[in-house]
Amino acid sequence: MVHRMTSPSGAPASTATGPYLQVNDLKVRFTTEDGVVKAVDGVSFAVERGRTLGIVGESGSGKSVTSLTVMGLHNRKRTQITGQILVGGRNITAMTDDQIRRLRGRDMAMIFQDPLSALHPFYKIGGQISEAYRIHHKVPKSIAKTRAIEMLDRVGIPQPQKRAEQYPHEFSGGMRQRAMIAMALVNNPDLLIADEPTTALDVTVQAQILDLLEDLQREFNSAVVLITHDLGVISQVADDVLVMYAGRVAEYGSAEQVLRAPQHPYTWGLLASVPSLHGNADEDLLPIKGNPPSLINVPSGCAFHPRCRYAMLNGGPCDIEVPELLRLSLSDEPGHVVACHLPERQRKTVYEQEIASVGVAI
Amino acid sequence: MLRFIIRRVLLAFFTLFAISVTTFAIFFAGPADPASMMCGARQCDPVAHERINRILGLDEPITTQYVKYMKGIFLGRQIGDIECPAPCLGVSFRTREPVTTILARSAPVTLSITVGSAVIYLVVGVGLGMISAIRQGTYMDRAAVGVSLVFASMQIFFLGLLLLYIFVYGYGWLPRPQYHPITENPLKWAGGMIVPWLTIGLISAATYARFSRAQMLETLSEDYVRTAQAKGASKLRVNFRHAFRAAVTPIVTIAGIEIGGQLGGLVITETTFSMLGIGRQAVNAVNNLNLPIIMATVLIAAVAVVVANLIVDVSYALIDPRVRLS
Repeated sequence: MVHRMTSPSGAPASTATGPYLQVNDLKVRFTTEDGVVKAVDGVSFAVERGRTLGIVGESGSGKSVTSLTVMGLHNRKRTQITGQILVGGRNITAMTDDQIRRLRGRDMAMIFQDPLSALHPFYKIGGQISEAYRIHHKVPKSIAKTRAIEMLDRVGIPQPQKRAEQYPHEFSGGMRQRAMIAMALVNNPDLLIADEPTTALDVTVQAQILDLLEDLQREFNSAVVLITHDLGVISQVADDVLVMYAGRVAEYGSAEQVLRAPQHPYTWGLLASVPSLHGNADEDLLPIKGNPPSLINVPSGCAFHPRCRYAMLNGGPCDIEVPELLRLSLSDEPGHVVACHLPERQRKTVYEQEIASVGVAI
Repeated sequence: MLRFIIRRVLLAFFTLFAISVTTFAIFFAGPADPASMMCGARQCDPVAHERINRILGLDEPITTQYVKYMKGIFLGRQIGDIECPAPCLGVSFRTREPVTTILARSAPVTLSITVGSAVIYLVVGVGLGMISAIRQGTYMDRAAVGVSLVFASMQIFFLGLLLLYIFVYGYGWLPRPQYHPITENPLKWAGGMIVPWLTIGLISAATYARFSRAQMLETLSEDYVRTAQAKGASKLRVNFRHAFRAAVTPIVTIAGIEIGGQLGGLVITETTFSMLGIGRQAVNAVNNLNLPIIMATVLIAAVAVVVANLIVDVSYALIDPRVRLS
C-alpha cells in the first residue's frame, strides 16, 4: 500500500507545489549468496525546496542505501526496488537507466563522505567540475571552465583560477570537500543529497562546510537531504529528522519534535550517547548496548527490541509484531510519527525520568 | 616532471654500468679458456695458446680488458686481425665474426616475435578483461574467465605444436613459421610470424585478461567511479575516462617489464618454431662457452629491461599525477 507523506514541519502539501522529493514506501533488497538483504524496508519521507531533511542512524541502518536509490546509483540487475521515488513529480523507480542518468547531476546531485576517494586522483579539480557541467550542457570547454572557476570561487576556495589547475591530492581535506560541493552544485540541482559530508573532516572545518551548505541552499533554494550519524550536525542544519533503524523508519518529525521530545527508545539512545557541554558532567552517557542487526536476519517484531532496554515494559508485542508508524495522540505534534509498541504515556514518563537528564540539550 | 625523468635516466645509466661490470667480471675472470677453443685443435700448442691470448688481450689485467671492451662498444676496436666496428661487442671465439653482426641477424627475429605478440595479448587480453569486468557475472564474463584459465595454463611448446599440426601442417591455412626481414616483404614477414604471435598472444592474453579484469573490478568499486556516475556521466564515459584510466596503470607496469624481459630472448618460442633469435643464440653460446656472445646477450637483455623500466616509470608519471611529486 502506498501512503502519501508530507514533510512534518512544512505546510500541508498542495498538489501543485508538493515536496520536491517524495519517497513512498520504498523497499530496497539485494540478493546475496547468504540471503536477501532488506537494506530498506518501507521508508517514506518528503523534502520540500529550501528545506533540509536529516536522516540519522547507525552504519547499516539503510540511510546511505536510501540516498543511493534516490540517485539511481544501484545496479538494477542486482537490486530489487519497489515503492515510489518522486523527484519533481517524476517517478524515478519507473524510469530507465538512461532517463535517470539525465536527471543525475542536473536535477539531483550528491556529495560523498570522503572527498579524497570521491574525487578522481588523475584529473584536475577544474576539469572534474567542468566535466559535470559539460555532461548536461552543450557548451565549449572554455565556458565550462569559466563556470568551474566561478563555482570554486563561490564555495570559498581562494585563488580559484590557480586551484582549478591542481589535482585533488594538492588540496586539504576541507578544500576538497568544498570542491566536491562546487561539483555537485555546478548545474544548480533542485535536490542535493549529502552523505556524511563532514564525517571525514576536522571538527573546525565541519562547521564551515555546514555553514557553506546552508548558505548555498538558501541561494539555490534546493531541497537537501543530509545523511549523518552526528546529532550535533542534525541539530545545526536540519528542519526535519528521519531516524532509521535496520532499514525502517523509527521516528520522523521536525527537528524540534525529534530532538526536544524524542519518542523512540532508539532516538533516546542516540541522544544519550552524545556528550553535552551543558549537561551534568558526572552523569554517565548511556550508550546503546549491542550492535546493529544483520539486514539478512532482521530481528522479529520491532527490529530494535533486542537492544531496547524498555522492550516488554508493558508486556507488549515487541518481539512479535512490527510496530506501525503512528501519529502521537496525547500531544499536539502534527507530523511527528513513531514506530514503537510502548504506550505514549509510558514513553513520556521514561523519557522525563531517565533520558532528559543525560540529555544532550542540543 | 623533467627532473623526475632526468633522475630516472641517470639511475638507469648507473644500473647498466653496474650490470656490465658484474657480468664482465663473472665471465672474463671465470675459469673458461677461450684461447684453447679458438685454437681449434684438441690439444692446443702452448705457443699458439699464448699468441691467441695476446691477440685477444686476455693476458692483460681485467680492468684494462673492461675499459677496452666498453670503449669498443662506443668507438669500435681492432681485435688481432679482425676489424670490429662500433658498436663492438667482441668477436665470436668460434667463427671470428664480430658479435654485433651475429646479433644483428638474431635480434630482429626476437624483436618481431615480442612486439607482434605483445600487440595481440595487450589488445585481446586487456580488452577482454575490461569487458568481462564491466559485464561481471554475465555468461560472457564466465565464458571469458573459463577460456582464459584454459589458455593461461598452457605451455608455449604445447600450444605452438598444436597450432602447427592443425593449422600449418593439417589444413595448411597458416604459413610455416619462418623469419623474413620486414624490410624485404612485410607480408611475408607477418605470415612467417603469425603462428608464434598467436601462440604467445593467446597464452599471455589469458593472463592479461585475468589481471585486467581484477584491476578493473577493483577500480569500478572506487568512490570516484561512483562520483562520475553521480554526475550523470554516460556508461562509456564512466568506464573509460574514469575507471579504465585508473585500472590500466598497473597493467602498463607489468607489460613494460615483461616485454623488456622478452627482448632479451625467447628461448622456448624460438626453439619451438626453429627460429634463430637471441634466446637460442645465447643457449648455443652457452653450450660452446662462447663468452663474447653470452656477455653481449646479457648486456642487451639488461639494457632492454632497464629501458623498459624507464619507460614504465615515465608513463606512470604521465598517467598518475601523484607519482610526479615523490
